[in-house]
Amino acid sequence: MGPGIGRPARTGPVELRPRLTQAQREELWGWALVSLWVVGFLIFTLGPMAVSLGLSFFDTDLLRSRFVGLSNYTTLFSFDETRSLFWKALYNTAYYVIFSIPLGMSLGFFIAVLLNQNVGGQTGYRIIYYLPSVLPTVAVSLLWLWLFDVRFGILNWVLSLFGLPGLPWLYDTRTAKPALILMSLWGSGGNMLIFLAGLQGIPTQLYEAATIDGAGVWRRFTHITLPMMSPTLFFVLVTDTIYAFQVFATTYVMTQGGPANSTLMYVLYLYTLAFRQFKMGYASALAWVFFVIIMGVTVLIFRSSDAWVYYETEIGGRRA
Amino acid sequence: MIGSRTHLLSPLRSKRLMIRLQHAVTHCLLIVGAILVLFPLFWMLSTSLKPPTQIKAFPPIWIPKPFVWSNYIRAVTIFPVPFYVFVANSTYISLLNVVAALVSNPIIAYAFARLRFRGSRTLFYLVLATMMLPGQVTMIPLFLLFRALRWVNTYNPLIIPSFFGNAYFVFLLRQFFSTIPHELDDAAKIDGCGVLGIFFRIILPLSKPALGIMAIFTFTWAWNDFMGPLIYVSEMKMYPLSVALSFLRGTYRVLWSELMVVSFIAMLPPVALYFIAQRSYIQGIVVTGIKG
Repeated sequence: MGPGIGRPARTGPVELRPRLTQAQREELWGWALVSLWVVGFLIFTLGPMAVSLGLSFFDTDLLRSRFVGLSNYTTLFSFDETRSLFWKALYNTAYYVIFSIPLGMSLGFFIAVLLNQNVGGQTGYRIIYYLPSVLPTVAVSLLWLWLFDVRFGILNWVLSLFGLPGLPWLYDTRTAKPALILMSLWGSGGNMLIFLAGLQGIPTQLYEAATIDGAGVWRRFTHITLPMMSPTLFFVLVTDTIYAFQVFATTYVMTQGGPANSTLMYVLYLYTLAFRQFKMGYASALAWVFFVIIMGVTVLIFRSSDAWVYYETEIGGRRA
Repeated sequence: MIGSRTHLLSPLRSKRLMIRLQHAVTHCLLIVGAILVLFPLFWMLSTSLKPPTQIKAFPPIWIPKPFVWSNYIRAVTIFPVPFYVFVANSTYISLLNVVAALVSNPIIAYAFARLRFRGSRTLFYLVLATMMLPGQVTMIPLFLLFRALRWVNTYNPLIIPSFFGNAYFVFLLRQFFSTIPHELDDAAKIDGCGVLGIFFRIILPLSKPALGIMAIFTFTWAWNDFMGPLIYVSEMKMYPLSVALSFLRGTYRVLWSELMVVSFIAMLPPVALYFIAQRSYIQGIVVTGIKG
């Protein structure tokens, strides 16, 4: 080491201790520093996951528990709605995810493409479009509750402008889920930012070359923009899907799952079982099934990505 | 085409016209979109200042006449607990989360970004994998654990876990630290800096923007969090704003002015942070791909 050069070699007990090499010291420090995360992971994630799995085989409330084997799972998967609302909650959540994700992503993508035209005022537009994403969900839910009000809500007034009859929105089993999806679209600006960053990363030479080859706007979009954006689309699809499955606060505040359980989302059902009825064992089974479902959906999306996600490295190009 | 025979410049001019037209259409679409985004917020403000008769007016009254400021006083005194208590609770929880994030994440991210140790790659993938884990899976055992620790109806469950790092921020900071040139580390080493010396003297001072992003995000998330306090906080004087809002909704279903007042107040801090730091906000989202 620098300062040691030229000094006489030290003698004495210090010499007896084998000195750690640079690499070994780094190794020790590395593990020492990340151990904080590892400890947290064990206590707050891995441990609870294991306990959760164990609990799911018990009939347990806060006072006593009894081993019941797989009976929580058989009850859970029962189609009898007086015993389990699992299928109902799963259906509602899947409905919400299947519509809100493609719509939200398309809208976000569309806005990003518009902003990427560099027509000016980009910063201003960007600030406005992203704004709903920073707001507290509970406050947003109260606001939309008011917009959706059947008699005095502004949305029904807008419909009346077009001569349309007002909708019952959150108060009818047919319109409640679409209403929640409509509300979720208000936050599409969150995706827009990520898409915009992706669009700005596409080399302009690609477009220039295509134009010279006579490609029109549409062909440039389908042959350059979409393939180049597919990794970004993939990423947003994965994160948004996982996030949308966990929808909770909106339904808790706005509908409490009603009417007739038509907005009972998976996590709301889980919450109700665990923290209202204190069926901890049964709710743990529900939580594990939830985990398996989300993992399954994520794996499916990853699998499908071979078919539609394009990485530049595939054709030996430079890595983005 | 006909014009091009008589006038040499026209093709160019018509092309320019096309571009202008296209820009105008784009602007129109963007403006319509911006109005759709802002309108609900305008309507919230408008409702919050209306006298009761104008709330239910048909057709709607856009600007309240007069502005009923007393709505604000009524709304914040409607709770059995003084309103500022909720604001203070939310602020307290959010600030402590910021402290926790600042203490824990940089040091973990530093190890991943700079130190070579066996298993670091695998461990980093594990960190990334936890980002995809829905928190609901661990919710029940954690509740039982915190209950056993007698932490229910305290803020500990909402704060202590943050001291062990958060996958998003470990990722964000690692990405940021990796952009700091290694030559700086080497120079510091020659000057006698150890592993921690490099961290405190080189990496941290150069990472203020990233730390700022993390602080803003942490504050906003903690402020907006609903499920955590809903599960752990039972006493009303301990409620953060989000839970107090939901309580108000449950109790006074259709007092729209009051509901809009408290919603507006709850939105103010995140919005203020967003406007003040919108550049770093956007940078943070683009780097990590996470949304507010």
